[in-house]
Amino acid sequence: MAVDGGCGDSADWKGRWNHVKKFLERSGPFTHPDFEPGTQALDFLLSTCKVLVIGAGGLGCELLKNLALSGFRQIHVIDMDTIDVSNLNRQFLFRPKDVGRPKAEVAAEFLNSRIPSCAVVPYFKKIQDMDESFYRQFHIIVCGLDSIIARRWINGMLMSFLHYEDGVLDPSSIIPLIDGGTEGFKGNVRVIIPGMTACIECTLALYPPQVNFPMCTIASMPRLPEHCIEYVRILQWPKEQPFGEGIVLDGDDPEHIQWIYQKSLERASQFNIKGVTYRLTQGVVKRIIPAVASTNAVIAAVCATEVFKIATSAYVPLNNYLVFNDVDGLYTYSFEAERKENCPACSQLPQNIEISPSAKLQEILDYLTNNASLQMKSPAITATMYGGNKTLYLQTVASIEERTRPNLSKTLKELGLVDGQELAVADVTTPQTMLFKLHFTT
Amino acid sequence: MELLQELNSDVSGSFVEESPEKLLDSDPSFFNRFNLVVATQLPESTLLRLAEVLWNSNIPLLVCRTYGLVGYMRVVIKEHTVVESHPDNMLEDLRLDKPFPELTEHIQDYDLEHMDKKDHSHTPWIVIVAKYLIKWFNEKSEQLPKSYKEKEAFKELIRQGVLKNENGTPEDEENFEEAIKNVNTALNRTEIPRGIEELFNDECCLKLTEQSSSFWILVRALKEFVANEGQGSLPVRGTIPDMMADSSKFIKLQNVYREKAKKDIAAVRNHAAKLLQSLGKAPESISERELKLFCSNAAFLRLVRCRSLSEEHSPSSCSKDAIISHMDNPDSEIVLYLMLRAVDRFYKQHGRYPGVYNYQVEDDIGKLKSCLTGFLQEHGLSVVVKDDYVHEFCRYGAAEPHAVAAFMGGKMTLPGPHQQQPAQPELCCLTALHSQSKGCNDRLQ
Repeated sequence: MAVDGGCGDSADWKGRWNHVKKFLERSGPFTHPDFEPGTQALDFLLSTCKVLVIGAGGLGCELLKNLALSGFRQIHVIDMDTIDVSNLNRQFLFRPKDVGRPKAEVAAEFLNSRIPSCAVVPYFKKIQDMDESFYRQFHIIVCGLDSIIARRWINGMLMSFLHYEDGVLDPSSIIPLIDGGTEGFKGNVRVIIPGMTACIECTLALYPPQVNFPMCTIASMPRLPEHCIEYVRILQWPKEQPFGEGIVLDGDDPEHIQWIYQKSLERASQFNIKGVTYRLTQGVVKRIIPAVASTNAVIAAVCATEVFKIATSAYVPLNNYLVFNDVDGLYTYSFEAERKENCPACSQLPQNIEISPSAKLQEILDYLTNNASLQMKSPAITATMYGGNKTLYLQTVASIEERTRPNLSKTLKELGLVDGQELAVADVTTPQTMLFKLHFTT
Repeated sequence: MELLQELNSDVSGSFVEESPEKLLDSDPSFFNRFNLVVATQLPESTLLRLAEVLWNSNIPLLVCRTYGLVGYMRVVIKEHTVVESHPDNMLEDLRLDKPFPELTEHIQDYDLEHMDKKDHSHTPWIVIVAKYLIKWFNEKSEQLPKSYKEKEAFKELIRQGVLKNENGTPEDEENFEEAIKNVNTALNRTEIPRGIEELFNDECCLKLTEQSSSFWILVRALKEFVANEGQGSLPVRGTIPDMMADSSKFIKLQNVYREKAKKDIAAVRNHAAKLLQSLGKAPESISERELKLFCSNAAFLRLVRCRSLSEEHSPSSCSKDAIISHMDNPDSEIVLYLMLRAVDRFYKQHGRYPGVYNYQVEDDIGKLKSCLTGFLQEHGLSVVVKDDYVHEFCRYGAAEPHAVAAFMGGKMTLPGPHQQQPAQPELCCLTALHSQSKGCNDRLQ
């Protein structure tokens, strides 16, 4: 590739960034209106821009590679997992000798040794382990996550940074979030500019519900091999504790899977059901969705391009949701997901609950978990009363759950709650406590 | 190559350090050793030569390139057949509109009016719909419910069958709810999909020879089945979706479909065996597994045929009309295709790509424009290309940004013409500018 002047940094050989420079040093008809050609954008990329990559798995490996080869140097990566042998077919920063080691650390080592001057910093942690000050240091955050809860959490974190002055959003409080997701041959990319575009919570209804078999089917009327496996996993294992008291089923332990498999075969033969295999057993227990390396490559490439565009203002970023499907031919489609007016995460509006004072607290709990826009997992509800905070119900600590459980069958009136009362709700789906206002109906 | 082999120890690889041009000069048969050839970033003249060699040897070619923020991919295969196309939204094959005798017999065994409550609530919805369909034919109409109004009326008929308790309020019967929900799709007509009819009428099916592939022999066997035992329908697929039911009822019903599928497969097998014999081929040339797979996927068979690159590039046979009509929208992705052709012409004339060095960009815009004009004229393409695109392509200076290459790499490895994947559209243009891509089938080449 032809050379057009060298780069000032001595670590870079002549012509190293030529391909990238063509987009940063030349004007063009399709660039972002704010774009100014020159050397400052490349300098920013090489020396200042700090990017956080969340996840070092299928998407994460591709993202890290793409960013590093596009000029980004200060890349931080966080992942709570260790490497499993089943990852090696697509998470190409890892080798058989790395199995058991933290993904983030091995990924960083690989990139730092393969790409000169690259300085990837790893964190072998859960995203919830890091605090506000950690996330505030980044210019852009890009996710390759496999969990909706985690996405909602980081989304909530970034929304909490938004600063409004006299109702006007301060742009320096915005950290863009690029979110990529894949499942088999399908994938999507979204560009989220907090406070300006739709956020994860705004479009929560787009996520399909998880498939869970009803208990009556599992317990008494199995029809599919999957029902038999779930029976053994959910009912038989806890009852028989085959590997010792309190030993939890480990999907990665072949002995555990073998036990589940044998028992599932027995159950299946009682009902004349065919189709239980070791592989299916593993798939059901680990909730495995087959991963396709190429889909990750495609989605990560689009994500990295968007990170590049936003970091350099070279082009107008995706606005704001791209869908990719390779099941039949090649299909991509992009559209503008709309913000939800009363989004719990990114709108400034308080969340209202209209309810009768004679309704029970249980009803509020049900609303928080079942409502399509909230979908909380195990919300803890407190109210400010009599000058202090009263915990109305909390599930995550056994002793408190027991103590507050009777409140669920009490009416809101009985609990001393009044019209206009604010309830503070905490849940794993959001790093911030959410405030709800009660409006009593007659 | 060493680095690649690190990724998967089961992969064996070798490399040849030679320019493709030299190989085409000295030993074109080199390429015949391969089942598939992938070509990236080749100049046009080399690519056309390579494509010619491969087309004549019937070897699939995947062309891939990255040019600035634009990616391009072209599949060149004479013929590609797919059995397991894994369609996304597959409708079930329940035959409720045309029940086969064994299904009718099984349905008759149910007496919904005189069942106890437990059995009533655990009867599979397929049986419920079938029973109420009989009621519909007796009471309302000889025709299947088709219009929205008719389907609503049919649903209402089913709803009346829900058991009621002493007070007259309907019980909670999930199987009846399932039946009502599925009315919309369960009564679809069982018919041969148009794509399969086209296969039946294809020359390759009508005129079998010794060289015919097992795919075409099976298509022909399928056609004969449809005309005989199938009575106008494809073999029964043999699977049913999960539904609320007790285990025993569900499995009995499932087996009715399974057994019918087996019978149908046996019939197709007979036709296939006769055809193989008449062609002088051994009966074992089509395995049992192949036959089963083919029959259960009979409704989803796919065929892709591409034009050769030389046909695409020749002014007399290029798809003028399709291109012109796409360019009604001047920002259609087809403009990227036209620009790539212009850029290749530039390379041919000037021995380099436009805008590689900063000082060239300004002047090359004019030169590229005349290349573009020349190309359009030669191919009779009366379209207008915005100057912005000419400028943009000069700006690119034939750069290969990693992310775009990564995207194309990902898309390239997704198909691979082997049994399991449906074929890609022949031509695919991506632009990272607007984060869009467009696949174009058959019409452009």
